[in-house]
Amino acid sequence: MKNLKFVLILFIIGNTVQAQKYMTQNGTISFFSSTPVEDIEAVNNQVSAVLNAESGQIASVLLLKAFNFEKALMQEHFNEKYVESEKFPKSTFKGEILDYENLTVGESPTNVTIKGKLTIHGVTQEIEVQGTLSSKQSVMNLIFDFDVDVADYDIEIPGPVKEKIAKTIKVKANFTMNKV
Amino acid sequence: MKKIFLLALVFWLIIPLHSIAQEEEEEDLLGMLEDSQDPVTNYTIATFKNTKLVSGNSIETNGKGVLQFMIQHRFGTLNSGWRDLWGLDNATIRLGLEYGLTDHLNIGFGRSSFQKTYDGMVKWRFLRQKSGAENFPFTATAISSIYLNSSEFADMERENYFTSRLSYHHALLLAKKFGDKFSLQLMPTIVHTNLVPETIDQNTIFAMGAGTSIKLTGSVRLNLEYYYLLPDQVFSQDLTNSLSIGFDIETGGHVFQLHVTNSRGMTEQFLVGNTTGSWDDGDIFFGFNISRVFNIGEK
Repeated sequence: MKNLKFVLILFIIGNTVQAQKYMTQNGTISFFSSTPVEDIEAVNNQVSAVLNAESGQIASVLLLKAFNFEKALMQEHFNEKYVESEKFPKSTFKGEILDYENLTVGESPTNVTIKGKLTIHGVTQEIEVQGTLSSKQSVMNLIFDFDVDVADYDIEIPGPVKEKIAKTIKVKANFTMNKV
Repeated sequence: MKKIFLLALVFWLIIPLHSIAQEEEEEDLLGMLEDSQDPVTNYTIATFKNTKLVSGNSIETNGKGVLQFMIQHRFGTLNSGWRDLWGLDNATIRLGLEYGLTDHLNIGFGRSSFQKTYDGMVKWRFLRQKSGAENFPFTATAISSIYLNSSEFADMERENYFTSRLSYHHALLLAKKFGDKFSLQLMPTIVHTNLVPETIDQNTIFAMGAGTSIKLTGSVRLNLEYYYLLPDQVFSQDLTNSLSIGFDIETGGHVFQLHVTNSRGMTEQFLVGNTTGSWDDGDIFFGFNISRVFNIGEK
């Protein structure tokens, strides 16, 4: 009886101990749309990301309006018509690094697979991405890339610009996270 | 028996606790990020589709390094009969260029076939509607234009001065976007004409403009533009208030604007000071603007 109580208390305490976290507020996410007519590229340098170094859980938030395009009008169209930034200002990702407990993370990048939920334009999709994770002193560096099918997120591309915008957008992320 | 019961109770307690704790942890990471983010200022974009609402200017400016080329076209009046193919034979045209020196400061140059007029303008968006960390309820743009009428003087006998060819317009454009579908603009406007037809006419006339834009689909909008000329300013001509209705159709770097209006001219000088068409009598001009942007400078 006493033992059981002890186990129970230990368990609760164990759960509330703060896990080690790494975080950034200026991670980079860029995306590329390539068609025979036009190549479009946009970069966001204000992406927030956090990694729980105990569990391998990861979360990331970005503001769609913080994507910078080469052409001002493209940026306006992206925000106004495609991702509708007024209605859906943020895009989020929440997931975990698979098989995290068996990984050894060091200075040379280790291949990782991350599985989680990506929310764009108010639509959430389950995704799995490939990347690398490395650590040096109190810094963790996570790099990954993946493809986004615009149709999966209810983003409509009107007829006249269909040839200019790719159906599949290539996304690259680079998070250099500091220990918090 | 008692032990088994207790064990069951403990499992019943622990298992949900464990999963709740896990879920909270996951929620926490996103929540933690949101908490750590500084509030940002969200500037309102795309109050209007183009730098022109219909014929007059909107608060919008071209971004830095963007060159906008515009072709504006008005056919003759719809009531001009079959011989003129209901106006198609009598078109007037304005060609214009606008360039973004900065995201908020534009300069422009144009030439209208109507009264063979050259125009130059400076447009400065000095306040922006924004929300979030900083709030401001509307966008304000100031615009000044100078016009040069290069047609022959009406009276060749008298001494004509170069300055008699000039006129000016200054306006304050105030616009607010409500939600993402509806925009409203007010434009108090002054037009000064150096040489007016008769001495009883005022050289400086005042008008109040109002315009709206309603988003119908992502790429199509319905626009209204109205200029109310304050009474007792112009006597030699029977002027009417300019009323225009138009659609914006956007395709990438192009904006097509199709409209009907009772104004033949395509700049504020003419909208305010030279609109003689009457909607009631069918003096309606069908017209269009084609706008194309080119990125020529550094962003």
